[in-house]
Amino acid sequence: MAKTALQFRHNGRDVAIFVDGGTNLLVALRELIGDMTPKFGCGQGGCGACSVLVDGELHLSCLTLAETVAGRSVETLDGIKDGPNLHPLQRAFADNFAAQCGYCTPGMLMAAKALLDRNPSPSRDEVVEAISGNICRCTGYEPIINAVLAAASGGRARA
Amino acid sequence: MPVTVRTFTSSGDAAAALSSDRSARYLGGGTLVMRALNEGDISISTIVRASDHALSRIEATGSRVTIGAGVTFARILAERDLAFLHAPARSIGGPAVRNMGTVGGNLFAPNPYGDFTVALLALDAMVSVQGGLGSRDIPIEEFLQGRERQTGTLVLSISCQKPGQTDAFRYRKIARIKPKGGSVITLAAHLPVNGNRIVGARIALGSMAPTQIRARAAERALEGRSLDAATISAAAAAAAEGTAPGDNALGSAWYRREIVGVHLRRLLSGQE
Amino acid sequence: MLELRKDIFADERDDNLKEIGKPTQRQDMLGHVTGTSPYFNDHMLQGMLHLKVVRSTHSHARLRRIDTSEAERAQGVRRIIRGADVPVNLNTLLSLINFGKDDEPSLAVDKVRYKGEPIVAIVADSEREAFEAIAKVKIDYEPLATVFDVEDALKPGAPVVNEVYPRNTFTYHETYDRQQLRFGDADRALATADHVLEQRYQMSPIEHAPTETNGSIAAPDTNGRYIVYTSTQALFFSVDTCAKILDVPSNTFHFIGGTVGGGFGGKVDTLTEPLCILGAMLTGRPVRYVFGREEEMQYGPPRGAERIYIKDGVMRDGRIVARNIRAYFDSGAYTRLSSYAAVKCAAHLPGPYTIPNVHGDVYCVFTNRTPATAMRGFGVTAMDFAIECQMDKLAHLVGMDPMEFRILNAYRDGDMKAHRREAKNTALIECVQVAAEKAKWPIREEFRRMSSRKDGGGARAAIPATPPESHAPVAAPSQQRTTYDRAPVATREPPPPPPPPSSPTPPRPNAPSHGATRFSSVFGTRRR
Repeated sequence: MAKTALQFRHNGRDVAIFVDGGTNLLVALRELIGDMTPKFGCGQGGCGACSVLVDGELHLSCLTLAETVAGRSVETLDGIKDGPNLHPLQRAFADNFAAQCGYCTPGMLMAAKALLDRNPSPSRDEVVEAISGNICRCTGYEPIINAVLAAASGGRARA
Repeated sequence: MPVTVRTFTSSGDAAAALSSDRSARYLGGGTLVMRALNEGDISISTIVRASDHALSRIEATGSRVTIGAGVTFARILAERDLAFLHAPARSIGGPAVRNMGTVGGNLFAPNPYGDFTVALLALDAMVSVQGGLGSRDIPIEEFLQGRERQTGTLVLSISCQKPGQTDAFRYRKIARIKPKGGSVITLAAHLPVNGNRIVGARIALGSMAPTQIRARAAERALEGRSLDAATISAAAAAAAEGTAPGDNALGSAWYRREIVGVHLRRLLSGQE
Repeated sequence: MLELRKDIFADERDDNLKEIGKPTQRQDMLGHVTGTSPYFNDHMLQGMLHLKVVRSTHSHARLRRIDTSEAERAQGVRRIIRGADVPVNLNTLLSLINFGKDDEPSLAVDKVRYKGEPIVAIVADSEREAFEAIAKVKIDYEPLATVFDVEDALKPGAPVVNEVYPRNTFTYHETYDRQQLRFGDADRALATADHVLEQRYQMSPIEHAPTETNGSIAAPDTNGRYIVYTSTQALFFSVDTCAKILDVPSNTFHFIGGTVGGGFGGKVDTLTEPLCILGAMLTGRPVRYVFGREEEMQYGPPRGAERIYIKDGVMRDGRIVARNIRAYFDSGAYTRLSSYAAVKCAAHLPGPYTIPNVHGDVYCVFTNRTPATAMRGFGVTAMDFAIECQMDKLAHLVGMDPMEFRILNAYRDGDMKAHRREAKNTALIECVQVAAEKAKWPIREEFRRMSSRKDGGGARAAIPATPPESHAPVAAPSQQRTTYDRAPVATREPPPPPPPPSSPTPPRPNAPSHGATRFSSVFGTRRR
């Protein structure tokens, strides 16, 4: 099967892979690069478990043709820690019990990061809107919303 | 057959590739084509892309706006001159889908999606397409009626007249999940007023037929009248006429027929 | 906020609570927020193949012919698996505890019984190639009459869904077509009740919709063993099920699981592991079998539908004197766990109330629907919904406040339950009192003073005379049948006293002598 060479930045590091035609970014990240943080939930754009940032914008990696990120920057949950230190959002999710089964958590965190990167002090409604494409089935929206708000105010307090 | 990706710099070349290959689909934002591939749709074996900048252009300064087919909903929301289209753009998906999904792709989105197209239908938009035989403009209603046959054509842009008055254009999407959810029904109304009378009323409905349709009986009830209680009641009573909704997990055909008049009344009378 | 009411039942427990009432961090939280928790699909194995199944497009059909020849030649296909390739192609989940007969194949051979039933498995180099090969499998179906309604399935002449159970009902103790509960004489009590209310309740199937779909990865390991990463919620159960179906000792497998992306009961059926391991056995390569979202929603097992009829006799003073319940569990085409759900349901009758005459019939029925499975409280949830709707309607009928009506009829310590076990550690009255208080719902002083520990037992501890099943039906109730009709609530009367305990205290009822009072086989160990 013909493969296409693809280069892009993955969490600040240049990567080069060969993809089959039609390969989506989720498969490329997980199976060709080994970054297992984005999850498969539906393949339809309905759940948000595969959410990543492409050039800082929230995208669904399962609906992204891998070739379309050539030369662009892709950020996943695997890249948001600062060395061994958790990102403020990760810390806030833990402190606020914002994960149960943990499967929606990577996508939730990326959606939250996309929000806080451009709006450091969002309102509650803005948080709800920002994670509205991410489904949690263990009924954890309230702690998740609280965690994002806590990370936002925590970040501001430190700034 | 494995999937082949073909990327072109000119939309003309992309259109030619699209029209010459029955297994080819044009990839816009990916929310339809990649989904189909993920679900095992083996009828698609060629993905066509175009990097033509014209496809992502917005011309919105004049009274007539032209939006490239590849413009995303997030970009529409960022464009102040397109404020009249913010409500329909915001009603689509979550932030990630709005960052990816495009105006052109929305024309092909099946129920319970395709909400932006409902707005465009009420606004009497023109769809500019490029087929194997060159480009042409098709009124959106005609485009939608023949949508099944349009997969081999490349949509270049959509254009429409800006509504004269702010409240001449109204939009409402009924969903079970807020702020994101598939459409139970979607309504858009364009009600230009001349003097005190509505002239050229257009009501468009989503999820009330296999494609987005106009509510012509409701339009007739509004045409030439002032938007008073009696007129609104007459339009609401006629809302379901000529519709052919289906059953899906979000609502039954019966339910859709029951509520379409209720929501049209609220839309026309400015109720929340 | 969480509030502990330590004043209630304070003498019953050691009050030195170290954990309850305060948050405690999950041990897996760090893995969750860093995305490093290992779900089954987070393992990339060298040379992994992909398994997809060909699913029935019919709800009920004979399989005349399955032609896989073209699919076998398709590009990238490594192996086609058919029913004959499965070592033990008939199983029922609860056979591991000797409950029920083997009734479900891993791959259908001669007949399909629900839409989406697996018929052929395809192992290919890529998912795309597996999808393309699926389109090349030709299946000649002979459609059969279908039945989708539990009551239709029990009618004479209904299509036989599953030949293992030709009457379309699960067979209990190799004899009975239902779970049956008889306590007192419900027919007689209904005939003399002031009001009779009969209602029908229906609950539709419910899909768990976990964010992670069902799936597994199996790979050959050293020394002839297989390593299996799985989403299962029932790891050891799944090991033994696979050992049975694949006819190998269970120590052939090294199952790794425990990190599950949402289950809620939808990942206990061992849906993917047997075929996945078989694929690895037949190809010598790692194999992944994971449901797509549509497969998960359409063919993953749901909580089963239930239909419930409740007929109650109630006196003007609010006492329920008889409860007759018929319930039908829609198991779908195969048993899975619905047989157990029906047992649990029967054990729950007549709800947490002391009713002197109870008549219950609970059926586990086969239809041409997707097989049903576990989901949070299955067997009890829908029945409680029905019973509590019924309680509201009964309260309305006799003009009582629904909270007070429940307190009046609640079981109390020392009462005899319909299963002939003494009620202990009852707490419904206190629950209702606290709920009313929290909801600022006024209940009268007498009801606020009532207690689960007072006025139970005595006459309420007696096992009533229970006529044998063959007795002649009593004459039709003479009073007018009452339907729920939203009559205005009548003016409140003072609460009737609970039936007085006879004095002196009679001997305790003939409690079972086998020590079962401390343990319920259905609900587990009780507090005392």
